[in-house]
Amino acid sequence: MKLDGYITSILEGSLLSIQVALGALVVAVILGLAGASAKLSQRKPLVWLGSVYSTIIRGIPDLVLMLLIFYGGQIGLNILLESVGYTDYVEINPFAAGLITIGFIYGAYMTETFRGAILAIPKGQAEAGLAYGMSRSRVFFTIVLPQMVRLALPGFTNNWLVLIKSTALVSILGLPDMTYLAKQAGAAARGEVPNAPLLFMAFAALIYLVFTTVSLIALRQLEKRYTVGVKRLAA
Amino acid sequence: MQFDVIFTAEALQLYWQGLIGTLEILIACLIVGGGLSIPLAVLRVSPSAWIRGPIWLFTYVIRGTPLLIQVYIIYYGVAQLDWIQARWDDSWPWTGFKDAFFCAVLAFSLNTCAYTIEMLAGAIRDTAPGEIEAAQAMGFSRLQTLRRIVLPSAMRRALPAYSNEVIMMLHSTSLASTVPAIFDITGAARSIYSDYYLPFEAFITAGLIYLVLTFALVGLFKLAENHWLAYLRPQR
Repeated sequence: MKLDGYITSILEGSLLSIQVALGALVVAVILGLAGASAKLSQRKPLVWLGSVYSTIIRGIPDLVLMLLIFYGGQIGLNILLESVGYTDYVEINPFAAGLITIGFIYGAYMTETFRGAILAIPKGQAEAGLAYGMSRSRVFFTIVLPQMVRLALPGFTNNWLVLIKSTALVSILGLPDMTYLAKQAGAAARGEVPNAPLLFMAFAALIYLVFTTVSLIALRQLEKRYTVGVKRLAA
Repeated sequence: MQFDVIFTAEALQLYWQGLIGTLEILIACLIVGGGLSIPLAVLRVSPSAWIRGPIWLFTYVIRGTPLLIQVYIIYYGVAQLDWIQARWDDSWPWTGFKDAFFCAVLAFSLNTCAYTIEMLAGAIRDTAPGEIEAAQAMGFSRLQTLRRIVLPSAMRRALPAYSNEVIMMLHSTSLASTVPAIFDITGAARSIYSDYYLPFEAFITAGLIYLVLTFALVGLFKLAENHWLAYLRPQR
């Protein structure tokens, strides 16, 4: 295989990395909304559950959680299936495991971001909505949510940038993502391409840099849109 | 669950070695990365774009790429260059690249350095203009102003953000286990997992150790903030 072949394969791997990142983002946003509502609810057990989730997950390295869920989930699932009488060995798809784990981890970070954003909205606004006879869900969707988006965007941008970068970890689970393929290409092309390991890994780094740069620009535009009606004092 | 396997002398010994490894890497990279970040943060806020620019580029590239790739670039990339390998037997500092620990610490140091530069530079930019004016009025030189006024207050104000960075770094050191020949807490868990095939027990124990370390760091930084940020607390 010539240089082009390796480059194409790393680029194909980058598609997988994006898929993992976007899939995980969806999981993280859903869990983040659920976590934030749990932590802000009136019910003690829910508050407790939300706090335990966001504290424990944020206190343990991503890699350890990923290995736990990937290797542990594998055995756990089979024990579970065996107990209901299903005897075939089921293998967890590393793509799903990586995606769900990253989503689960960043859900905890999103929980804190969303909770902070909701708390920053003056309480009187939701109360006014309720006083006007709007239903709770209507208050959430027409008053809280639009403002929450604006307040949560900076934190969301940070979480997303960290999330994209954490997708490199799925290579450790053996998923052929960009990092995995770059490492393989570096080992395979040794002697064929001078300094191959450095070259291919730097190429993967460059693609990540493109991802983060594009995200940053896009999310800044979005932030501009959402802060149109906000008065800013010049510092 | 067979947690009794974890509580054997052998397994506990592994975790203990892992803990030492993790702390060694963490402390080494915080000293190197943190130390470098102070002068670089000052240069990062320089009025000259020629000085500011390269440092911005460094922090942007490091902050925009995954740490795992940075570790791989140094360990599998730079350390495998013919140029380096021709020198790593006798000429310093290239001899370091022979050592996996050196490579990991180098990658982690550069990473934490980049994040700390931005944090500290932000705090320096937020220095109240009056403080600098007062220093100038007292006849302080630029260096004196920096050393006596700007840095002490900026480093204090950056402390809460820095505590997050240190915790992130603690978690990031788990990536050291991807480099062969380095043994940290995650490495200990991985070796127990592969010896006994007990993923829950092995990784939950590792997770708990990290959790305890995280809380200990949070506590230490609370104490540090109480001490150095006491003047910013509301007066009673």
